[in-house]
Amino acid sequence: MNEIVDLSMLDWSRGQFALTAFYHWLFVPLTLGITFILAIMETIYYKTGDPEWKKITRFWMKVFGINFAIGVATGIILEFQFGTNWSYYSWFVGDIFGAPLAIEGIMAFFMESTFIAVMFFGWDKVSKRFHLVSTWLTAIGANLSALWILVANAWMQNPVGMQFNPDTARNEMVNFWDVFLSPMAINKFLHTISSGFVLAGIFIIGISAWFLLKKREVPFAKKSILVAAIFGFISSLFLVTTGDGSARLVAQNQPMKLAAMEGLYQGKNGAGLVAFGIFSPTHTDPANDQLHEFLFKIEIPNALSYMIHLDANAFVPGVKDLLNGNEKEGMLTAADKISRGKMAIETLRNYKNALTEGRKEEALQMRDKFMSKDFQANYFKYFGYGFIKNSNELIPGIQLVFYSFHMMVILGSWFLIFFILSIYLIVNDDITKRRLFLKIAILTVPLVYLAQMAGWTVAEMGRQPWVVQDLLPTVAAVSNINAGAVMVTFWLFALIFTLLLIAEIKIMTKQIKIGPNEGGH
Amino acid sequence: MKKIVQFYIDGFKEMTLGRTLWVIILIKFFILFFVLKLFFFPNYLKKNFNTDKERSANVIENFTKSK
Repeated sequence: MNEIVDLSMLDWSRGQFALTAFYHWLFVPLTLGITFILAIMETIYYKTGDPEWKKITRFWMKVFGINFAIGVATGIILEFQFGTNWSYYSWFVGDIFGAPLAIEGIMAFFMESTFIAVMFFGWDKVSKRFHLVSTWLTAIGANLSALWILVANAWMQNPVGMQFNPDTARNEMVNFWDVFLSPMAINKFLHTISSGFVLAGIFIIGISAWFLLKKREVPFAKKSILVAAIFGFISSLFLVTTGDGSARLVAQNQPMKLAAMEGLYQGKNGAGLVAFGIFSPTHTDPANDQLHEFLFKIEIPNALSYMIHLDANAFVPGVKDLLNGNEKEGMLTAADKISRGKMAIETLRNYKNALTEGRKEEALQMRDKFMSKDFQANYFKYFGYGFIKNSNELIPGIQLVFYSFHMMVILGSWFLIFFILSIYLIVNDDITKRRLFLKIAILTVPLVYLAQMAGWTVAEMGRQPWVVQDLLPTVAAVSNINAGAVMVTFWLFALIFTLLLIAEIKIMTKQIKIGPNEGGH
Repeated sequence: MKKIVQFYIDGFKEMTLGRTLWVIILIKFFILFFVLKLFFFPNYLKKNFNTDKERSANVIENFTKSK
């Protein structure tokens, strides 16, 4: 496969997907979180009848509207790319992706468009109760529409509930609930939306801090901070919990990703958790020059083993165990997996040839062999390894994954502290006098976006070379199209998204400067 | 039904900032669906093969080639 794929086209296609996914994700998490904060603010207005809360809700609703309008449909571009750049992947996963994405489309259209309209147009036109219900349903709808694409993504990280059909070369869903309720899907959804909640909380505190620094809209800003900080604090705890669950699932299903996240080369019992580390730019492991040694690291003894297995002395495999195997721990070598993957591909080829050449009985026997439980469990399970030429291809970019993971964790810890400080200062102190904290609050806004991108980098780069874990590597998923065409659209997207981002920032900053007292919807 | 339509008409009429946002949305939709999708993002397998059988055969051919 590698020989016939233009690798520059593969790189451009991957780059294009990463670019569009990153830009798309600049808009999504704020929508996921701010809608719930709006619903909480409007509930307070509904309960108290205090017009200040109506003003607060309407202002943040306007901010949400700007973000929603600029961001809406930016994700469609990813679906365009599936059909054009990643056609073999799309075909391979088609049946699994079709259902969730169709539900997402219908849900997004009906729930969001209906209730968003009531939210924006319905002030003083529909009853307060109906308006409030619409705001809550917008929040629930926005988050549920993210559910389906995250279920699809989780399936790629841990393919379950499907059966590969050797006649069509497609995976067919055999159990919707296995796909929908897989621990990976549930955890991914909860971790992702809670990260959006944290982002929205920090965003609102940051903007409110700007008002306080300018000595404007003080009651508005303080009330906004109070709601956002409490919401953000609870979401942060949830984020930590789901992050812990996520690490455990990665350990089970994507041990190479976990090894990269921790820079763990040699597996061991009682593995330590690297709290902070810097790789040497030059010194590499003598056995593999892809593995750079640590220049410096702070490690918490036994913590990784405990985190993953709730046993401080449990074994955690490293990169070398995953490549060279570990008999004691019952781990196959990469070479063995590659050989089994090649066998699966060869059986598929022989079946196809027998069919084409009219050897019906032989074809039937091969099909039975291919579909047998034993073959599925011992050979098809490693189908993707058959495309791998060299076992080192199985190692993801360790430094990128390691640094992204640690950046995400360090920033996530700061956000938790930040919310606690925000609550303390707003409840027990005069936050308006804490100008340093207010400045830090503004600076925390870009950091929370950075943490989001770091998280996706870990999730997506950490699972390389797989597009579907163990079944399909990126090199086999990409279409045979011209690299030049992908380059052109790469730059087109870069231009369009940059313009959209500039529009978002300009319109939003203008509306923020105007403040909550003026401006329509 | 009439009330619902009127609700939307009034809502759109009373928009201020929303008008700018709608212009951006419409321009974006035009670029996405009438420029990018039509000219730059054809479905590779649909464009090159007429039936699902042919598409399946091509995917299997690619997966099993040079192994």
